[in-house]
Amino acid sequence: MAKRKPKLAVWKFASCDGCQLSLLDCEDELLAVAGAVDIAYFPEASSRMVKGPYDLSLVEGSITTPHDAERIQQVRQSSKHLVTIGACATAGGIQALRNFSDVKEFARIVYARPEYISTLARSTPIAEHVRVDFELRGCPINKHQLLEVINALLHGRKPNTPAHSVCVECKLRGNVCLMVAHGTPCLGPVTHAGCGALCPTYDRGCYGCFGPMETPNTGALNQQLVQLGMTPPEVMRVYRSFNAEAFRKESESHGE
Amino acid sequence: MSVPTDQPAIIERQHFQRLIDALIRKGYRVIGPVVRDGAIVYDELAALDDLPQGWTDEQDGGVYRLKRRADDALFGYAVGPHSWKKFLHPPHLRLWQARRNADGAEFTAETEPPPRFAFIGVRSCELHAIAIQDKVFLQGSYVDPTYQARREQAFIVAVNCGQAGGTCFCVSMNTGPQATFGFDLALTEVIEGDRHYFVAEAGTDRGAELLRELSARQAGDEERRQAAQTVARTAQQMGRTMDTHDIKALLYRNHEHPRWDDVANRCLTCANCTMVCPTCFCTTVEDTTNLTGEHAERWRRWDSCFTLDFSYIHGGSVRVSTKARYRQWMTHKLASWIDQFGTSGCVGCGRCITWCPVGIDITEEVRAIRESEAEQ
Repeated sequence: MAKRKPKLAVWKFASCDGCQLSLLDCEDELLAVAGAVDIAYFPEASSRMVKGPYDLSLVEGSITTPHDAERIQQVRQSSKHLVTIGACATAGGIQALRNFSDVKEFARIVYARPEYISTLARSTPIAEHVRVDFELRGCPINKHQLLEVINALLHGRKPNTPAHSVCVECKLRGNVCLMVAHGTPCLGPVTHAGCGALCPTYDRGCYGCFGPMETPNTGALNQQLVQLGMTPPEVMRVYRSFNAEAFRKESESHGE
Repeated sequence: MSVPTDQPAIIERQHFQRLIDALIRKGYRVIGPVVRDGAIVYDELAALDDLPQGWTDEQDGGVYRLKRRADDALFGYAVGPHSWKKFLHPPHLRLWQARRNADGAEFTAETEPPPRFAFIGVRSCELHAIAIQDKVFLQGSYVDPTYQARREQAFIVAVNCGQAGGTCFCVSMNTGPQATFGFDLALTEVIEGDRHYFVAEAGTDRGAELLRELSARQAGDEERRQAAQTVARTAQQMGRTMDTHDIKALLYRNHEHPRWDDVANRCLTCANCTMVCPTCFCTTVEDTTNLTGEHAERWRRWDSCFTLDFSYIHGGSVRVSTKARYRQWMTHKLASWIDQFGTSGCVGCGRCITWCPVGIDITEEVRAIRESEAEQ
């Protein structure tokens, strides 16, 4: 009898779906993935829904509602391995900007009947709610890294997803440093690798989509950003994006 | 008329293309300086026009800017972010592949023939850096076959620097600006009034043979004097200096010094210094599998002592603090390298100063420690 294929589930919480799409975006490798695992639950891709338990759950999105806070518990219970994918699931995402304000105030301004809105005061990463086996960073995640994680799990090895700076990726590619050669502000030195230095390769400073690298010295970088002409409020804002919660200390040190 | 090859010869600027053509004809992939993305980097050359004619650079801690020169010099700048190690010691390299079979697995070594490089524009500090990597990769107990194959075939055209960069300190490290060994040909560029020529000196038989093929005429006394003056002038322009007296003992006895905490506050642990350093040689290996588990590969890539993974052993990383990592790098480069390889690991090229995003200056760090002792 053939070995049973591991069952894969893909779950969505508060998110834009971009990270799940990275799986569909695998194109050339997608058939190989479908051959290696049983895609048992992936509503974005298929209406076929096989009941749990699942060998691997990929979880996209953050927890922003009381309902989702309960639902993630069920996902955990039905999953042997739980891997969070993307900045929302690993850091709370762009919607964690609410964490720096009063969400009730937003609801009052936006909705005619705010009492119908059941939302939490903070957007939180999955790991604040349940045990997470592996966190894959990025906004969105890099599809090659996603394949690497699935691959590593299937073969019982550690995924190669280095936590060093984006600078290392730039240098491996032979990129000329934007900050040094052009004076362009860049978060590369404090940002977790994984994108392959996508923006700097196309002449844009790094936006920090993959969150903080292993030992980010943002204090030292910020002084340089100011030297390059950024004002303290601008420095605050570069950290208030997809990984605002992960870079909370950095943005708060530059005030409102 | 051909010339005795032990005598310097003249290659006129308008004949420089012949040098490139001759190397291409001999089957070399010719690599040299080119302008790309606001810097002078090393890449494939097909024609003279690819060289950064009329460009120079301004360099300081964390700052590099291209500028126009008043003349049409082909080599009127210092070193950029790339070094020749990216060709001799590639950033990514597949070491082997394996395929699962009935008996277990079948391994295949890499059999790609190594590229034959000709490097044009290798500076004296870079010749010293290559000599240091030779010690690491060729002269220890284990020879690196990739490096060896690339290195043995490489044809090296050195250029004596006509101008020093803002972060250069080869004079302090005794590594330049005059190329004294390790080249097939060494050129000195001279621009004087309407004349623009190169004084070429052969360092090997194949260099001499190339000069003969180019029918280069013998250099006159005045031309040789001009070339010597050019290099002497460069030696006076060093942007940085480092007092290397007793440096090994200085760093060893200051293993605990408040300056390490000070630099740790500024250091980003981004690893840029090690990536641009022409002597840093560390690598890690990564294994990959395909989804079916039928095929596996082992890859080697550049690594850095500034990452946590670098010193990760059972139980965690040995060098957790930034202080420990910076101290390891600088002390290795300037002190324990001498114990390990019989030479300093620093050639004074200044890349780690220029390409540090926050401009940490190794010469300044040494100075601070040395001066603190003088004050005591």
